[in-house]
Amino acid sequence: MTRITLENLAHSYLPRPSHDDDWALKPMNLTWEDGGAYALLGASGCGKSTLLNIISGLLVPSSGRILFNDRDVTGLPTAERNIAQVFQFPVVYDTMSVRENLAFPLKNRGMPADQIAARVDEVARMIGMTAVLDHRARRLTADSKQKISLGRGMVRQDVNAILFDEPLTVIDPHMKWELRTQLKDLHRRFGHTMIYVTHDQTEALTFADQVVVMHDGRVVQSGTPQALFDAPEHTFVGYFIGSPGMNLLDAQIDGATAHIAGAQIGLAHGYAPLSGKVQLGIRPEFLRLGSGTEGLPFTIHRIEDVGHHRIIRGKVGDADMNVILPEAQEIPADASRIVPDPGRAHIYVDDWRVDPPARERAA
Amino acid sequence: MDKPVNNRAWFLVLPVLLLVAFSAVLPLMTVVNYSVQDTFGGNQFFWAGLDWFEEVLESDRIRAALGRQILFSAIILAIEIPLGIFVALNMPKKGIWASFCLVLMALPLLIPWNVVGTIWQVFGRVDIGLLGHTLKQLGINYNYVNDAIDAWITVIVMDVWHWTSLVALLCYAGLQSIPDAYYQAARIDQASRWKVFRYIELPKMQGVLLIAVLLRFMDSFMIYTEPFVVTGGGPGNATTFLSIDLVKMAVGQFDLGPAAAFSLIYFLVILLISFVFYTVMTKEAK
Repeated sequence: MTRITLENLAHSYLPRPSHDDDWALKPMNLTWEDGGAYALLGASGCGKSTLLNIISGLLVPSSGRILFNDRDVTGLPTAERNIAQVFQFPVVYDTMSVRENLAFPLKNRGMPADQIAARVDEVARMIGMTAVLDHRARRLTADSKQKISLGRGMVRQDVNAILFDEPLTVIDPHMKWELRTQLKDLHRRFGHTMIYVTHDQTEALTFADQVVVMHDGRVVQSGTPQALFDAPEHTFVGYFIGSPGMNLLDAQIDGATAHIAGAQIGLAHGYAPLSGKVQLGIRPEFLRLGSGTEGLPFTIHRIEDVGHHRIIRGKVGDADMNVILPEAQEIPADASRIVPDPGRAHIYVDDWRVDPPARERAA
Repeated sequence: MDKPVNNRAWFLVLPVLLLVAFSAVLPLMTVVNYSVQDTFGGNQFFWAGLDWFEEVLESDRIRAALGRQILFSAIILAIEIPLGIFVALNMPKKGIWASFCLVLMALPLLIPWNVVGTIWQVFGRVDIGLLGHTLKQLGINYNYVNDAIDAWITVIVMDVWHWTSLVALLCYAGLQSIPDAYYQAARIDQASRWKVFRYIELPKMQGVLLIAVLLRFMDSFMIYTEPFVVTGGGPGNATTFLSIDLVKMAVGQFDLGPAAAFSLIYFLVILLISFVFYTVMTKEAK
């Protein structure tokens, strides 16, 4: 069991990176606490897998250090890091039986045969493959194969961490739910540090205690699902988490007043003068429809009923705006305005959230 | 689900059947025709039954050639298959050197058979050949013209030089199709280099290896041009393989009946051994 620390870690696939875009991972500092269940969330190509491969030692970072507890493992090969990793597509050893597949990592570490047998039986029960233990692995379906991969990842009990690289991509939806629950359960029972890479927010939010959101080679926020929802530090977090994501409106801020699309709304805090691209972000959950001259002008384009709530899609000026209304609530016939909850609105400058009290102190 | 049965669909196969009949079956039938008759020219044929087959099967000369042929193919496969795999494993996977190696490996395959023979015939000559002369200067008694062992070594080295590339290129293609994740998973599982080969690379190469073994077997079993150019089947009959013997019989002695029977038996032997290879190698995959 290990605490994993990344120190000024950066990586580029090019031999001589010069431009900012050459870096697949921009310099980052991050600590994965021992026994934590983490999700690494981000769109495809944002550097999640690169980061994961650096932690497991499949890639050597261009700069920076990786510490397991206090030991520098940056230059150590995968074998010496004692890490388990499950990949996006199933990797099984075709010529072996399911049993031999599960036993393979243990055999390679020279574990006694009776212990291997006991451990393999236990893992087979966990992934529900006891019945097919002696079948050839190559004849199984893709999701059975992926379950074997998962099983091989979990078969070693003394690993420093288990890394999952979008492991449920090829699994049927109902099986996904079950396996995720099992992973969570395993985490509770054995307390391994787990890092779970995904681009699916539901998967991330249900699996992890801590979600690390990556965007464009950077870690933009790391926090509990609640924190990511309530106070997204970056517009990408706001947009990526939530369904639909956070609304962003170009704004001019004047103290505690925001000027948007020719109208004004009050804010909960005052801001010092801001320069750059200033936006107001508000989640669709914290908006209410209004009429007359309150709030902002809003035109409704479409209403989607998704069961227990409705999503109203429309525009404020030129910007798209989504509102979530509870199923029971009526939509007023003269709804032409929209009123944000000032306590839930955030101000972003060049995509990063501005912390009002800190600004006030600084000013 | 019941499959619809429509026997008229057989008509759709007819064009292919005609094509195969003209290209393969009819020529083969003329050979069959010769193999059961005796002819003295002037298109006079006399029924000979299975006499020629008996003669061929009982001939010591042909049995000896068959023995040499089997030994030759066995040696060729035993050298070229492992060597080809070894070369493929050590070729660069990408970049400019990968292309360079591919071109280099393909070169021997592009040289016509008789030119390959001529190259080695000259290369091995003791008086002017680079190899033969150098060996002689080093005090090694090498002469493929009058020493049977030297003749064999020359023919085998020539074939290895000519055809190992084919095995290597096929294996290389098989290796290239293995996704990176397999190697990464093996590293995570702490598999040794040998286990990576045994459990990942070899199983993934099985398909191409089957093709490589079959091609190299059939080709080496039918080898004619290169040994004919280098040794002419000698010294004595030391490198007279089946096809060389067959040509001697059919064209040299003009024994058309026995030669035709010989051809058919030759064909059946290749078919049989290929079938055995195929069955054994695909059985493991199941």
